[in-house]
Amino acid sequence: MTPEPHRPENPPRPAPPGVGIGRFGDFGGRYVPEALVAALDELDEARRKAEVDPDFTDELLRLQRTYTGRPSLLTEVPRFAEHAGGARVFLKREDLNHTGSHKINNVLGQALLTKRMGKTRVIAETGAGQHGVATATAAALMGLECVVYMGERDTQRQALNVARMRLLGAEVVPVKNGSRTLKDAVNEAMRDWVANVDSTHYVLGTVTGPHPFPEMVRNFHKIIGEEAREQVLEAVGRLPDAVCACVGGGSNAMGIFHAFVPDASVRLFGFEAGGAGIDSGRHAARFSTGTRGVLHGAATYVLQDDDGQTIESHSVSAGLDYPSVGPEHAYLYESGRATYAPVVDDEAMEAFRLLCRTEGIIPAIESAHALAGAMKVGRELGPQGVVLVSLSGRGDKDVDTAARWFGLLSAEDLVEEQELKASEPVAEADGSGW
Amino acid sequence: MSGQAAVRIKDVFERTRAEGRAALVGYLPVGYPDVETSLRAMRTVVEAGADVVEVGFPYSDPMMDGPTIQQAAVTALEAGTRLPHVFDAVRTVTQAGAAAVVMSYWNPILSYGVDRFAADLAAAGGSGVITPDLIPDEADEWMRAADRHGLATIFLVAPSSTPERLAMTTGNCRGFVYVASTMGVTGARTSVGAGARDLVGRARAVTDLPLAVGLGVSTRAQAADVASFADGVIVGSALVAALGQDASSENPGDLVNLTEVVTDLGAGVREGASAGRR
Repeated sequence: MTPEPHRPENPPRPAPPGVGIGRFGDFGGRYVPEALVAALDELDEARRKAEVDPDFTDELLRLQRTYTGRPSLLTEVPRFAEHAGGARVFLKREDLNHTGSHKINNVLGQALLTKRMGKTRVIAETGAGQHGVATATAAALMGLECVVYMGERDTQRQALNVARMRLLGAEVVPVKNGSRTLKDAVNEAMRDWVANVDSTHYVLGTVTGPHPFPEMVRNFHKIIGEEAREQVLEAVGRLPDAVCACVGGGSNAMGIFHAFVPDASVRLFGFEAGGAGIDSGRHAARFSTGTRGVLHGAATYVLQDDDGQTIESHSVSAGLDYPSVGPEHAYLYESGRATYAPVVDDEAMEAFRLLCRTEGIIPAIESAHALAGAMKVGRELGPQGVVLVSLSGRGDKDVDTAARWFGLLSAEDLVEEQELKASEPVAEADGSGW
Repeated sequence: MSGQAAVRIKDVFERTRAEGRAALVGYLPVGYPDVETSLRAMRTVVEAGADVVEVGFPYSDPMMDGPTIQQAAVTALEAGTRLPHVFDAVRTVTQAGAAAVVMSYWNPILSYGVDRFAADLAAAGGSGVITPDLIPDEADEWMRAADRHGLATIFLVAPSSTPERLAMTTGNCRGFVYVASTMGVTGARTSVGAGARDLVGRARAVTDLPLAVGLGVSTRAQAADVASFADGVIVGSALVAALGQDASSENPGDLVNLTEVVTDLGAGVREGASAGRR
């Protein structure tokens, strides 16, 4: 017996049509089942046409102004800045958007695309619940059926957002396999999409996944940086020295970075979840300990073991608790254009507390990672420095977590809370009473 | 080290065609419910009539798999399954006389090293690799490595594949083409869509390679039906479920359920004979 005969008698291989599409250097691409390729091509074509179609861009702009509340404010935070080396610190207030985070920017764009493609159902994954809430909101606004996949562990730590989604008419499906967090919600959404692709658009919530998602989602968020760049110029008469953002999948970061990438004088900082500390192994610091790999359709940096099995990530922040990262971030990292560093839970929660106390703004715990990072950057820059921070979301959803972290509630309150959860597990309540 | 000689996929399909039947392709994940039992199960599957065994490598994020195979992957990983166990399984299958192809998501192969994986698989007697989340568009490095080591590159086609992509994808396949019967993930279904017959017809127009249909086939009748128009019938979740029953039975060693299911499916691929076959 001989091995399978190949060269030279085999016919030459035909070149695929899409070679090299959706690449950021070595990263990105499309690592997906063939069944999804037609839908990805359809989406890519639809969004390319939409991006230059005034019918689409005008409608999106109208929604941004009259529904989201754009442009979002730029707020200088001098009392907070005293803890950041005295540098001038400006917050880009995506927390003031309708639904409470930057996620609505992307979702409105994709929901409009869904209608343009003639689809009637949207699905989404969510970690902290912000993207799920935004998707449920857009679906309600546009009359689309909506199913949100959420890791069971996240449904427990973000129960308020589960209720919000159900109020908005979405079906929330707790995902019980794997680590029961964001990555498993993505897997389940992909499975749904493969089976229902004719009627369904997958509103992927961050700048990862197969092409065209990383580029398309970034484009729907780039308005963050475009606005902020103008606002900072107006406020201080020059560009900032540094732009800071938290990086889970990395959508708010790409959104605020994009307009500044050509500005060589502006340093870009992405802050990942350092969790309980890099040495503890319980974190989501892909650039500190991850390696090149493929997850959820994209070549990027991944937390993985020697066999390429995904390692579970950990963070106090559900929205940063993801073992992979958008491929454009991997490219910015390797090219040196952006710097990525971990912020541990303790540091993030301290920055969270500081912003509450010094400025009367309760940030999302995700965004608190950017604040903690900005404190370090500000100290490095000193009083002459100007730091722009993406305040990607507000902290209402995190009040329960923060109350426990800081011990703000009495033991009785907490016990009652736990009993409530135990007696009415989120997984069993389908919200059908609505 | 002298390698184990592969069983050629081409020879398998020539033989089954000569016998006027479809080939039976059985999938089992290595390491389920544990490594030792999985190797025995693969030998059992060959002895009970499978012509090709798909050796699955359990992966933490199996995007294309339904609950049965997801759960088996969790069990296998918890039991300590590592990538090199794939080569043990391939050796077992080849020695038992069937062609062994590996089915793996891309990241484990990438992580192991693409050329190293191809070399080690070829040395173990493997015939090819099915890559459920790797399309030819992204497979340049893999196709070159596979060619170097004489491995078949088996890509999937789906009901949603355009004519252009059908031609391109089958043109990049070697060995056989994996025809996904429906839009969806792995797992038993009550019916295997008429879409499968249609897709096989469309694929026939653009390739001479054998066409094996998978996703959803679990019964003898379904196997017979698919065998009436395809060259191969791929069964996965039904085998995994049977093995699961055996593993939790009073005599976990005898694998009676698995043997019975495979024997039954083997009868099915013979019943569906000839009708539409060239």
